[in-house]
Amino acid sequence: MKPGIRHLPVALWLAAMLACVLVIANTRFVSDLSAFMPRSPSERQQLLIDQLRDGALARLIMIGIEGGDAGERARLSRELGVKLRASGLFVGIQNGDAAMEQRDRLYFFDNRYLLAPDLAAADFTVDGLHAAISDSITALAGDAGLFLKKIFPRDPTGQTLQLLEQFVGKSMPHSEHGAWASVDGQRAVLLAYTRAPGTDTRAQAEAIDAIRQTFAQLPERQADTRILLSGTSVFSVQSRNTIEGEVSKLASASLLLVASLLLLVYRSPRLLALGLLPVLTGALTGIAAVSLSFGQVHGLTLGFGTTLIGEAVDYSIYFYLQRAGQLNQKHFWRTVWLGVSTSIAGFSVLLFSGFPGLAQLGVYSVCGLIAAVLATRYLLPTLLPQQLDLRDLHRFGLAFDGLLNRTARLRWLPLLFAVIAAAVIVQHRGQIWNRNLATLSPISKADQQLDLKLRNDLGAPDLRFMLAFAAPSEELALQGAEKAGAVLRELTQQKLIAGFDSPAFALPSQAAQRARQHSIPDADEMRRRLPQALAGLPVGSDKLQAFLADLQAARDRAPLLRADLDGTSAALLVDSLLFKRSNDTLVLILLRTQDSSADRPLDIDRVQAALEKTGLPHLVVIDLLEESTNLFDDYRHEIFVLAALGCLVICVLLLFALRSAARMLRVTVPLFCAIACVTAVLLASGAQLTILHLVSLLLVVAIGSNYALFFESGGGSDTPEERRRMQVSLVVATTCIIGSFGILALSNIPVLSSIGSTVGLGALFAFVFSMFLSRRVAA
Amino acid sequence: MMKLPDIARLACLLSFLACLPLFALPAWAEGWQPAQLMELLAQKKTGKATFTEKKTIGILDQPVVSSGKLSFTAPDKLEKITLTPQRESLLLDGDTLTIERQGKQPMTVNIKNHPEAAMFIESIRGTLAGDLSALERFYRVELSGAPDHWQLKLTPRQEDAGTVFSSIRIAGSQADVKTIHLEQRDGDQSVMTITPIPGQ
Repeated sequence: MKPGIRHLPVALWLAAMLACVLVIANTRFVSDLSAFMPRSPSERQQLLIDQLRDGALARLIMIGIEGGDAGERARLSRELGVKLRASGLFVGIQNGDAAMEQRDRLYFFDNRYLLAPDLAAADFTVDGLHAAISDSITALAGDAGLFLKKIFPRDPTGQTLQLLEQFVGKSMPHSEHGAWASVDGQRAVLLAYTRAPGTDTRAQAEAIDAIRQTFAQLPERQADTRILLSGTSVFSVQSRNTIEGEVSKLASASLLLVASLLLLVYRSPRLLALGLLPVLTGALTGIAAVSLSFGQVHGLTLGFGTTLIGEAVDYSIYFYLQRAGQLNQKHFWRTVWLGVSTSIAGFSVLLFSGFPGLAQLGVYSVCGLIAAVLATRYLLPTLLPQQLDLRDLHRFGLAFDGLLNRTARLRWLPLLFAVIAAAVIVQHRGQIWNRNLATLSPISKADQQLDLKLRNDLGAPDLRFMLAFAAPSEELALQGAEKAGAVLRELTQQKLIAGFDSPAFALPSQAAQRARQHSIPDADEMRRRLPQALAGLPVGSDKLQAFLADLQAARDRAPLLRADLDGTSAALLVDSLLFKRSNDTLVLILLRTQDSSADRPLDIDRVQAALEKTGLPHLVVIDLLEESTNLFDDYRHEIFVLAALGCLVICVLLLFALRSAARMLRVTVPLFCAIACVTAVLLASGAQLTILHLVSLLLVVAIGSNYALFFESGGGSDTPEERRRMQVSLVVATTCIIGSFGILALSNIPVLSSIGSTVGLGALFAFVFSMFLSRRVAA
Repeated sequence: MMKLPDIARLACLLSFLACLPLFALPAWAEGWQPAQLMELLAQKKTGKATFTEKKTIGILDQPVVSSGKLSFTAPDKLEKITLTPQRESLLLDGDTLTIERQGKQPMTVNIKNHPEAAMFIESIRGTLAGDLSALERFYRVELSGAPDHWQLKLTPRQEDAGTVFSSIRIAGSQADVKTIHLEQRDGDQSVMTITPIPGQ
């Protein structure tokens, strides 16, 4: 071979790797749930996605302060609130702060005539005034009388109370020492809304850091006090860190394990390094390919994809160990190519997934595997020394072969296992699948519990039911909200819903405000009407001059704008329900239900039907919980179909390549038995399957098909010596896989541990079953 | 999520709480000490009565009057149902106050969330529980008159804590509470006249 040609693969490889590194350096890595959201969502799904990504929820940080005594916690809460408000990073901090509550009260009281939902000219006729004022006097006689008398001179028609009606039914946190506290009184709790959108993970991380640091620096803080944070953005920042930390920790651990094992066999660091080259090549190519085709790479694709590529380490093991003898090159590579082809066939079905996460995995594995096997085939031979001085596993090979020969009689065993497994699966039918989208989130159980705890403490918004529509401008959006509000008030009276939260409560449209101003008569007219209205009532108009003054002030002032809300919690209400988007404004109205503990607390179709008469375009009523569950079901259904298709493709491929149905069955039956057994073990141990389990099973098929093919083909030679060599290489490869996935199974991130246990166990089953079923019995 | 103007609830609560002590006055014992009164108060377990409440409010030319029913179950359940001029009901059970008004949705508040009210109610509960020391933490307690014509006067100790009321005077004869007289700082007042339902 000429030196130039000999170095060609190396040069090509270097160039390709350089290109990949360049692509990866410019890649955006994301770690939210977006990967699990459909590529072409329905209107409701889009809403769900927007809410998860950038809704009020995504900007909400729940804060708990523990330790110290109740007074100290309340003091810290107040001081933290003051400092964080001043930081400018937050739209608002809520902690039961008295000053903010006072501002809220003043905002609603001072602007009652602009905010009143059905203020009309009829309210200011002599009759209208008389009726309203006499009602108020009746109320003065009632339980609230001694309070109402304070606002009566300015608000004799009871406008403020009507405003309050809108908020009835809202749950509010408890209060201790002037700050919000948990029900059990053990924690002070606060709510923070970040100014940055939920999608801006970096800004979210900054906000979270700011909270922690500000707390740490609070003066005279007792040492045993501590801060707890939760919320979507906390999760996404944390999960990015955890995934990074956990993946790198586990990856190093499994790399170390695999490396020591291989070093034991290879007895040469150089061989070891070369043996890992295909893995590296595959991983870099895979990431670059995903980045080029999707524009970004999801963290989970990275973590999971790299484990898929773990299959590549097997290629070099097979190659080294089998090459050490008199390798029948043609036969060997044919088997390897067939193994790779089945893996690729299995993974390529993912390319057709409607969910970017799965499609990314598909691209990653297909491209990565091809690159890895190419590197093994063309790069390794040029770099390897002529003579491989591997550990002599001759005796082990003989012993193992003997064992295999003795077990040949037990061929029925895997089939028996498979039947038992099938029985277990049938027994668990109906509870096989976990339908909760949150199971995909890489959040530890402890953090999920903390989240639930703080959420309960805060009576945090139950954002399950909402309606949404878009309008071309903020003004039209608010007008739409008012139209919908009129219908929703009827539904509240019919007790279909318990109430609702509309941005128009706090910030009515300019049109509505003007109409309300217009309905107020001028000062002279009011001065004329009031005494007539008071005829027969025990109050004189001289006592109600403040009322007349307030009315004229409301009539003459400029309509309220968003800026007028600054510093009130009403600003949060508006900001979290009204979103300016690139070319329109999205409006959300939250629906409160009568009984949130009921299985289906709200008939959204009825609400939707009632709202049709508003004529608002694209108005959608959505149950976020149901929507996410449906989405998850779609997702699972799709991958189930794809996985089945993948298996079918693999069978067809093998049928053609092996040109014999019997041989095809000998390769595939052990794999199916393995899948049945893993599934049964998982179910029996109390796990519920998620889509990640399904993808893991696909990986089991991909890896297992190599074992089955090698056992079935006899390793490229018919001599017993070669066969033993092949068998030893399979043992080494399986040990590596089980070791590295076993470590993954130890992870405390549920997602990673479920992958680890599924693949580790699956590889073991696939190996043992192939050993029993695929292996050609020695003559 | 939003902390809303809730003064209305607070006010309901305060006026409501003012009628708490009245059921708790049992047959009179010898001697005339608050401590002994407390001891007896703690023994009364249930009671039912009708009431008429007259509020004198400066802004109105004449007093406004309401009437209805009251019922009490020891240790902490109290119901006030106003029948005229408009039906309203207040139910205090533990720390939970449920307010219902004609034609409106009921609302529930936790009195702990209203420190002023909580202080107030804890003091009243102190009375019902016969816990004089708890009562004296917040009020100056004065007992005057004779068993046939007695008067218990509670004056908030702290200036700011009393906010709404300047004094609460409970008058009675033997075991019967006759009136509860609330006086507000601005001079407005409310007089509730109570008639126990016989057999209770």
